Amino acid sequence: MLKCKEITHLLSEAQDRELSVTEKLPLRMHLLMCQGCRNFKKQMAFLREASRSYTSDRKDTEK
Amino acid sequence: MGSETTTPPTIDDAFLAGLRSDMLRFAQLQLRDAAAAEDAVQEALVGALSNAKGFAGRSEVKTWVFTILRNKIVDHIRLQSRTTNVSSLSPEEASLDEAFDTLFQDNRHWTSQSRPRDWGSPEAALRQQDFWHVFEACLTHLPDNTARVFMMREFLEFETPEVCKELGITVSNCNVILHRARNALRRCLERGWFAAGEPAC
Repeated sequence: MLKCKEITHLLSEAQDRELSVTEKLPLRMHLLMCQGCRNFKKQMAFLREASRSYTSDRKDTEK
Repeated sequence: MGSETTTPPTIDDAFLAGLRSDMLRFAQLQLRDAAAAEDAVQEALVGALSNAKGFAGRSEVKTWVFTILRNKIVDHIRLQSRTTNVSSLSPEEASLDEAFDTLFQDNRHWTSQSRPRDWGSPEAALRQQDFWHVFEACLTHLPDNTARVFMMREFLEFETPEVCKELGITVSNCNVILHRARNALRRCLERGWFAAGEPAC
């Protein structure tokens, strides 16, 4: 069974590719039970958002 | 073409100086080589401004200039990757991996202190100038190769297989490096901003 440590790898890879069904299901089960990994998942999404925003919107700010 | 009805963008010296310093920061973060960053910025500026008259406004100039800069950065990374072994593990990278291991108990669950926190609505940070300083500092602290792979993926928006191909590394190696970068960044942001940076209400 997947534990938090492996889940972080899957959550990182989910930013790069579509996970397979056999990866998604255990991931979902784990996330249901684990607040830490749910937070980790949100943090991954935020890193993507911040990076995109750094290279676009931010350049419109003054000075 | 050549319509005089729109106001031409005022590309004055102050605008250029600001633009140039934004570009330099962007290039420096990714290339980690001051001279190379300087060259890339110079080439991009010259290339872009030679036809700046076709633009409706400053933000359009900025977007265009950064598009060119990205291409210059990519060219440079391709050159760099011929002489650097991206997959070799530096001491800094090894120490990030050790730090990652300490976040977990023997049963591979988070330790109670290391469990990732709830950042609330982190999007609000994106509107704060101070947040971007922390973000840049965190990127700067990443080891060179780790940062390079992360920025190719997230800033230059290459798909992961393309990143691997450009840098001559395997997909699984690429995944390991991206995971290392993301974990280091989230911990750095947590320490530098989400836990400490915000003023108490």
